[in-house]
Amino acid sequence: MGLELYLDLLSSPCRAVYIFAKTNSIPFEYKEVTLMKGEQLSEDFGKVNPLKKIPALKDGDFTMSESVAILLYLAEKYKLSDHWYPANLEKRAKINEFLLWHVNVVRPLMVKDFWLKVMAPTLLGRTAPAEKLEAVEQEFSAALDQFEKTFLQGKTYISGEEISVADVLSLCDLIQATCTGQNIFEERPKMAAWRRNVESHIGMELINEAQKVVLNAGSYSKDSMDSKGVEWLTARARLLLS
Amino acid sequence: MGLELHLDLLSPPCRTVYIFAKKNGIPFEFKEVELMKGDHMSEEFGKVNPVRKVPALKDGDFTMSESVAILLYLAEKYKLSDHWYPANLEKRAKINEFLLWHVNVVRPLMVKDFWLKVMAPTLLQRNAPAEKLEAVAQEFNAALDQFEKIFLQGKPYISGKEISVADVVSFCDLVQASRTGQNMFEERPKIAAWRQNVESYIGLELINEAQKAALSAGSYSKDSMDPKGVEWLTARVKLLLL
Repeated sequence: MGLELYLDLLSSPCRAVYIFAKTNSIPFEYKEVTLMKGEQLSEDFGKVNPLKKIPALKDGDFTMSESVAILLYLAEKYKLSDHWYPANLEKRAKINEFLLWHVNVVRPLMVKDFWLKVMAPTLLGRTAPAEKLEAVEQEFSAALDQFEKTFLQGKTYISGEEISVADVLSLCDLIQATCTGQNIFEERPKMAAWRRNVESHIGMELINEAQKVVLNAGSYSKDSMDSKGVEWLTARARLLLS
Repeated sequence: MGLELHLDLLSPPCRTVYIFAKKNGIPFEFKEVELMKGDHMSEEFGKVNPVRKVPALKDGDFTMSESVAILLYLAEKYKLSDHWYPANLEKRAKINEFLLWHVNVVRPLMVKDFWLKVMAPTLLQRNAPAEKLEAVAQEFNAALDQFEKIFLQGKPYISGKEISVADVVSFCDLVQASRTGQNMFEERPKIAAWRQNVESYIGLELINEAQKAALSAGSYSKDSMDPKGVEWLTARVKLLLL
């Protein structure tokens, strides 16, 4: 019984973990947890992660969740190349700073944007108020400005010359944002260049494999959901719209 | 020119860093950044942290932000006792998991609750809609259930028998939330017991010192703000009310 990763590739944090594990040839058993069918709410999955969220990891008796924490665990456990999460105090601190900034600032905006534009119409049969959408887009744009000017600063990767966990995490979330019509890469050549660097390093085959379901429009339609899925998703959409 | 910590003790993440540094006898220069006066928008502070948020750290030429990242940097740099952020892979992973869960789930709710209940009335002279407040209260309650049942599980501290960075981060945010009517300590004896453990360990003298400004009702009143402060604060509260 080796490493198990509980994932749904429709979720960008899951894609980050998937891509990271695969690109580093970490052997694992892929355990599908279909969010559209509310599988994360099952009793079985509750034993893996009582928080009922994915991605989740099971390694013998050891279980954990939270994509950022999982990436750091894998980097350490499998003694991956230093550049992924450098041991150097200051380099590591700057990567930690980025990871925290990203989950505090960028990810919530990406999530909100996605739910307002894709999930709310699908589940509630109505579009979110224009001023809400406008506000989220403006904030997101400001966050991307900071990403470009403060973190990326024209470097090859976020931490400098070499790829790290920061790039994998960030790219997966930013690509999710493009699914709602945010033309972030077309409008921002420096970010596009960074994206190409990350995709080159990881390889398009793996990137495409991870993103296949996301790019399929039907993945987020009601046809993909069952009643359990509809229930929890609708509750969440209402909350996000409140 | 030693370590500088750029803080406003009105901000819970700043209190976290302050308490952590002081408790561990880490020598630093306290650099006041008054959020109510928009000090963080100054050109000078922009050189310390271009993201313009507190807490921020300056250590010679090295600068960084993000409270969680700062705690980890300090723990490593000053070679603090292992229990603060254990070197053991699995212990560290579980603390990372908690830290990420906390910033993803608990902190945004604490922030929203505070801004809706304290800042909105102060700045916009109107109360936030009842249903909005209700929604936040419900979510917060669910998060506290998870904190108690999944993370704390009756242990003295989050990671077990010894205090860690997880407790300091969580403590400051939860105490902030308790001030706006989230009666978690009265209603949840296990969380109250944990709070007592943390306060005993850190010492009430330091806790009170850190919290003095936040406990003074006048600290959040318009009298404490200057026009720059009012400007950014009002913009932020409008965004949160959307």
